[in-house]
Amino acid sequence: MADTAVTTKKPKKIKYRNKSSFYKQLANQKYLQVMALLGVAWMLIFNYIPMGGIVIAFKKFKITRTIAEAPWVGLQYFKEFFMDDNFLNIMQNTLGISLLKLIIGFPLPIIFALLLNEIRNVKFKKIAQTISYLPHFLSWVVLGGIMVTWLSKTGVINDFLVASHIIKEPISFLGDAKYFWGLSVISDSWKELGWSAIIYLAAIAGVDQQMYEAATVDGATKLQKIFKITLPSITGTIALMLILQVSGLLNSNFDQVLILKNQINVSRSQVIDTYVYQVGMTMGKYSYATAVGLFKSVIALLLLVIANKTSKKCLGRSLY
Amino acid sequence: MKTKRKIKRSRGTVIFDTFNVIFMLLICFVCLYPIWYVVVNSLNDATDALQGGIYWWPRKFSLANYKSVFSNGSVLQAFKVTIGKTLIGTTLNVLFTAMVAYPLSKDRLIGRKYYMAIGTLTMFFSGGLIPTFLLFKQLNLLNNFLVYIIPAAFNFFNLLIFINFFKEIPAALEESAKIDGANDLTIFRKIIIPLSKPVFATIALFAGVGQWNDYFGGLMYMTNRTDLEPIQTFLYRLVAQVQSSQMAGNISVQVQTSDTTSTSIKLAAMVITTLPICCVYPFLQKYFVKGMMVGAVKE
Repeated sequence: MADTAVTTKKPKKIKYRNKSSFYKQLANQKYLQVMALLGVAWMLIFNYIPMGGIVIAFKKFKITRTIAEAPWVGLQYFKEFFMDDNFLNIMQNTLGISLLKLIIGFPLPIIFALLLNEIRNVKFKKIAQTISYLPHFLSWVVLGGIMVTWLSKTGVINDFLVASHIIKEPISFLGDAKYFWGLSVISDSWKELGWSAIIYLAAIAGVDQQMYEAATVDGATKLQKIFKITLPSITGTIALMLILQVSGLLNSNFDQVLILKNQINVSRSQVIDTYVYQVGMTMGKYSYATAVGLFKSVIALLLLVIANKTSKKCLGRSLY
Repeated sequence: MKTKRKIKRSRGTVIFDTFNVIFMLLICFVCLYPIWYVVVNSLNDATDALQGGIYWWPRKFSLANYKSVFSNGSVLQAFKVTIGKTLIGTTLNVLFTAMVAYPLSKDRLIGRKYYMAIGTLTMFFSGGLIPTFLLFKQLNLLNNFLVYIIPAAFNFFNLLIFINFFKEIPAALEESAKIDGANDLTIFRKIIIPLSKPVFATIALFAGVGQWNDYFGGLMYMTNRTDLEPIQTFLYRLVAQVQSSQMAGNISVQVQTSDTTSTSIKLAAMVITTLPICCVYPFLQKYFVKGMMVGAVKE
């Protein structure tokens, strides 16, 4: 949720004749100022102090000492990460899973929204939409629990696949690293299908109905209407969602991966976020983990800027 | 929409519509079935359920799983933590975020541009896991119930939803209250809050679901107080345990009697944690759909 686009109107510039009228204005809105500043104070503590805490990525920090006491080590931890045997593997998993989610998970809600829009029975349409949100509200722990049971050798999936002669022997899906990417992409796409479609459905609802009527008179088929009217009308929304998705390429759904990961599939399931958690929290390498996390944040920010620039140039639309 | 119906549907359209309806029914099934599966298995005798094969209806109906959940002290404690943090955390998040959003919805607020810039940056960059953990340690929030509440008291994205809503409220209402001598705080309490029920419901749903479903807070910040872990963290440990036992021995069926209790507790607890959300969200649908669209749809 936290990554949807923002546009705020620029406030009108108010010219103050002299200082005293500025203070008068300020005194007038003292309650408003206190309310706003409480929020700013919260952000300074809970968002900005951790941002400052990033310096430990460049210091040899130990939990027993303060950050100020820790000696500077420069880029040592970044070098260590790039030289690490796991580096290539982690990057491959992070980007692999994210790109698959982009290729498969991104178009699905658009297709779903287009198809749902074509349902004639309004009641059925509403019920189907409501049901499609359901997985979004379930926690990854519950879903992970279901997946672990279903994907085991005696689980529902194997029962079904063996009974329908698709496979001969049951497969331990989570016990074989090669299935991990697919499983994480499918389950994530399923979970967010209906929820992600909300925005597209809203955009479709805003398309001028007269265009469809005119097209019908001209004898356009349903598919023609979808491709020639609906889809072009919602390109702006699609572009915006794409920018956000691209900027999150290094975010590989931490909650999901942490639950489905195990010792056997770790070679295909270790992503940057889980690695940070593992080396930071279970091994106590705070500085190293922070460096890895910072590397990720910086790349994510760069991706956002690039995606936004590209969209501005090609489609004339941007986030900011 | 109406004009479409007057025109006779061509054969292609009929085929398309039929397939479309079938496809939608399939989607509904795929979304509902996993929950149904958990429900019927939780209502089945636990030892019997381990043999598998329960897909549509309980084979050996039993409420024993639910009884064992409600008689297990640590599970009950975990539920208490979840309910407590959801109620307190959500209330505080909604009220505090709305309180900050109200002044920021006014163009006349001095410094508004700077306050917004401070907030916007937090949406794109964060300190990350370890610096946040170290801060909480400094603030004595580790192994403290307040770690669920205070760091979750504010959310900038929710603030934007509030701002957009507050801007729609007619200024005349506030002006007349001002003439009557009310200050901004009173206006916020007596006029703005009662007028903003839909947006409060939306944000409460977002914040509430976040609190209810969060397992990571308990895992990360309760280093030696397992009694303060919420039910989701408790479930996470059970799932991780099942995973590792499956992987270690490659034993796919957990026939051991000790596993019976944990499996039955797991299923029943899953149902109990999932049902409240399933019952609430359909009624708030028309509100959160609007909330989702804030700023995202510019057309």
